[in-house]
Parts: sequence; structure tokens; C-alpha cells
Amino acid sequence: MGDRYELRFSGSGGQGMILAGIVMAEAAAIYDNKVAVQSQSYGPESRGGASKAEVIISDSGTIDYPKATAIDCMLALTQEACTKYHGDIKKDGILLIDSDEVKDIPEGDFKVYSFPIIETARGELGKIIVSNIISLGLIAELTGIVSHGAMEKAVLARVPVAFTELNKKALQIGFDKARELKGN
Amino acid sequence: MAAERVKKLMQGNEACAEGALYAGCEFYAGYPITPSTEIGEILSYKLPLIGGKFIQMEDEIGGMAATIGGSLAGKKSLTATSGPGLSLKQECIGFAAMAEVPCVIINVMRGGPSTGYPTGPSQSDIMATKWGTHGDTPVIAVTPSYVPEIFTETVRAFNLAEKYRTPVFVLFDEIIGHMREVVTIPHPGELEVIDRAKTDVENKEDYLPYDNRFEIPPLAPFGEGYRYHVTGLNHDEDGFPTNDSKKIDAGNRKILAKIENNKEDIWSCEEVDTEDAEVLVFAFGSSARSASFAVREARKQGIKAGLLRPLTIWPFPDEPLRKAASKAKVVIVPELNLGQTVLEVERTLPGVKVEGLHRVDGEPITPAEILEVIDKYK
Repeated sequence: MGDRYELRFSGSGGQGMILAGIVMAEAAAIYDNKVAVQSQSYGPESRGGASKAEVIISDSGTIDYPKATAIDCMLALTQEACTKYHGDIKKDGILLIDSDEVKDIPEGDFKVYSFPIIETARGELGKIIVSNIISLGLIAELTGIVSHGAMEKAVLARVPVAFTELNKKALQIGFDKARELKGN
Repeated sequence: MAAERVKKLMQGNEACAEGALYAGCEFYAGYPITPSTEIGEILSYKLPLIGGKFIQMEDEIGGMAATIGGSLAGKKSLTATSGPGLSLKQECIGFAAMAEVPCVIINVMRGGPSTGYPTGPSQSDIMATKWGTHGDTPVIAVTPSYVPEIFTETVRAFNLAEKYRTPVFVLFDEIIGHMREVVTIPHPGELEVIDRAKTDVENKEDYLPYDNRFEIPPLAPFGEGYRYHVTGLNHDEDGFPTNDSKKIDAGNRKILAKIENNKEDIWSCEEVDTEDAEVLVFAFGSSARSASFAVREARKQGIKAGLLRPLTIWPFPDEPLRKAASKAKVVIVPELNLGQTVLEVERTLPGVKVEGLHRVDGEPITPAEILEVIDKYK
């Protein structure tokens, strides 16, 4: 990676996109000893509406501009967020979408990975609330920007102890499915 | 060996609350307002743990008034707000300046005028900070750009407030207030913390709150037996109102002079590639982060660009600006308002081309936008 590796997590308010951004930044900056900046934008409502969080990661030094300029990897959990926010993905970047939610897949010089994230959270783990954690597992494996160990530590530091196993499983599903996606 | 420092990914507003605690703040009074709410929220939990007090007042005006009261009782005192709250606090801010009561006011700027755009960033309170309250009022305002800097500048704001017995503003914006970066909390003693000067008057009844022997007289805490009067009226050494025109004149000049005479102590700036800069960017807060990116890109293109980033915006850093602009053929001023700081830059640099770059749509000025202006002058 160079000076800046840019990630954007997008979906609708309440899907945990800001938490996903925070966890990614902590995995990089606290547990992998890189430099990270996390920012977000959202409207007055805390549920619904397009929501996005951005994380800029660097190997060293200071990250000045905190917002995305040329995105290396973007997640979209809803069609609205995908349509609204995909424009900044850079050439050869990655777009990860929820295959049930995003039907109108944008065209561009980027690689699209498609996976039923929310349905997997519901079907395999019984809780759609861990969709963001599955997403983090997918992104960690697809991009290699943070180590699996750092990601797991960061996730577990942010979730209630009672849900440690649930979140571990969610993360592992993400790691495993991303390997399959990369193989295809 | 010293214990390892706490290293934590923190929101800007959290770094502000932690900086206040590090500086010895023991009193917070305020009224919640987006995008500054987290500062009060965090201190409502943390202040009681150290024996401090948090009070949510009935409104913004009450928040400022109680902050002044906390300080007069001898505690380092803080309030936090955003634009609409700043408007409401102005009368009390003037009172604090006139009565020379140290306090720190955090303003996490959002879009205005009026209630404007609560969840979007802005830098449109620069002039309201300087001129919002009536009269010739002394103003100190610091402008951090990075989350760790919010911590250190909040500490500095308390130091300046206590040292100069005056209200001090910390101005940042929604972007830095809500974004997260790693802050390494310094050990006690690592950063300078200035405590209020104590009076040496032996008989408490002889204490004068505006003792003319001092440029900045020590402020004795209420509740320890000192008796004095505090008023927004022009006052004598004992704090009681005066109609003596000589004393009125001297008092009005004195509160401004204590800032003017100590500008070099109050100023703080970061300079990047200014020595040979032909295109100088003058930017603070979140806009300075975009400017830093743009100047670096411009240098890669062989353009002699530089950045002057003031960490003190009031008193305006005119001498550092003149020095940094000595070779500049143009000074670019990106700011999230429709032209405020740019006026001070023009005043400071007569005869030099000054170009403002302004945005008020709730989005940050991008590095590309600044680079586009720099490119015009290569």
C-alpha cells in the first residue's frame, strides 16, 4: 500500500456502518500499528437514510485530508448507498455489495464482489445485526489491509462480552467466504 | 520506567473532554447542541468521578453564566456549544471578558446562520467569535486541525485562560469533532498546565480583584473569605462600578493590552514549506488538512507552494503571516464560510494578491479544489 488506503462503508442508518469504520480504524491503528483516520457523514436521523463511514489507512506519517478521494475498497449494503456513493472508487478498486440488496450494479473499472451478507447473518447466525461484522471479515480478507488477528481483537474490544462467540463466528464467515469469492 | 501511555482511537469531541480533564478542569456547565454534545456527555460521566461537577443548565445562556460562576469559585471551568449557542452566550462572554474571569468555550462549528445545518461542518463563526459581543472585547481563540491537537490545544486554551484571566475559545468543526484518530494521552507533567495565580495579600479584606499593581491581577476564589464585587460595569480596583473617566479609559485599555502585549506568547502557527513559497495557503481547522494535501501535491508538480496553519486565529497572527508571505505572489485562503478570515489576510498584506476559496454546502473544501486555485498561479 502507499500513503493512503481508502475504505468506505455504506448502507442505511442503523446497519452499523459507522461502527464498522471505527473497528476497521482500530484494527489498523491500535492493533496493526498503522495510522488511521475514521470519519462519517449522516443526516439528523439515526435510522434509515444513506449512511457512510470512511477510513483512511497509511503505513506511517500523518494523514491530512480525512475524507476519501480515490477509494480502494467500498462496501454497499443498500442500493441507495451503492448508487449514491460508488463514484469515487478508483481504477482496479474493489466494490463489495450485498447481492440481495444491490441489483443495479454500477459499471466501472473496479472489481465487484457480490455476497448475500444480510441473508447470511440472518440465516446462519440468526442476527442481522452482525451484517457489519461479516462485512469486516470479508473486507479484511479481500483487501489484506489489516491482519485477521488485528481485526478480531478490534471487533471483540468493541462488542459486549456476551456476544463474543457470535461476533467471532460472523468474522470467520467473512474471512472464509472472501477466500471463496477470490477463488472464483 | 514510566507506565505506557494510554493510546486510544478517539473522536475529536472525546479528545476535547480528555484535554479539559488533563488541564485540571473541574467544572462544566452547558446545554447540549449538535455537533458538540459528546463533550458534555463525556464530562457528565467523568467529572463526578474526580470530584468535579457537571451541570446541564436550562439553556445556553445559563450554561455560560454558570461557567463564569464556577470559575469565580476557583475551579477551571468549561462550556461547549455550537453556532446558535454561541449567539446566545455572547452577552455572558462579554461579561467574562470585562470582569476578567478565566473560562474556556468550545465551539464545534456547524453551518449557519441561525440553526443552519447541525450535522455539517462550517468555519463561519470566526468573526462572531471576535466581534459577537459588543464593545472592544479581548479575544483569544485557538484552532486545532487534528484530533490529537484538539487534546493539546484544549490544554493550551485552559493555560491561556488562567494566565491572562480571560475567556478563551477553542474553535473546530463538525468534521474534526466527530472524526476519530489515535490520541496518546500524555502522562501528568508531560504537558505544561498553568494554574491560576494566587494572591499574596495577607489580610483577605485587603484583596483587590483588579489590583493595578499587576498587568493581570491574581483572581482569588469566592468562598475562601475574600470579599469583592464582580460586575460588567466599568469598575475600580475593588470591582465596584466607577464613573471616573480616567479609570474607565484605563480599564478598557487594560483588558485589550494584556492580550496585545503578549501576542507572541499566545500565537502558535505551523509552517510547511513557507521559506520560498510563492503561492502561500493560509488555512486553519479542517480546511488546513485539505490545504496540507494540496500543497504537497503542488510541490510534487514543482510549484513553490507553502502552508501557514495558524493554531491561534485570535489575536490574528499578522506578524507570522507577513513573514511567511514575504516571497508570496498570492495568498490563498480556503475557509468554510463566504469570506471572513480572508478579510484579515487582506488587511495584513496590503498590495499582495489574496484569493479566498469558500464553501458553505456542508461539505469540506477538497484538496483538488485548492490545487485548482494553486495551479492558476504556477
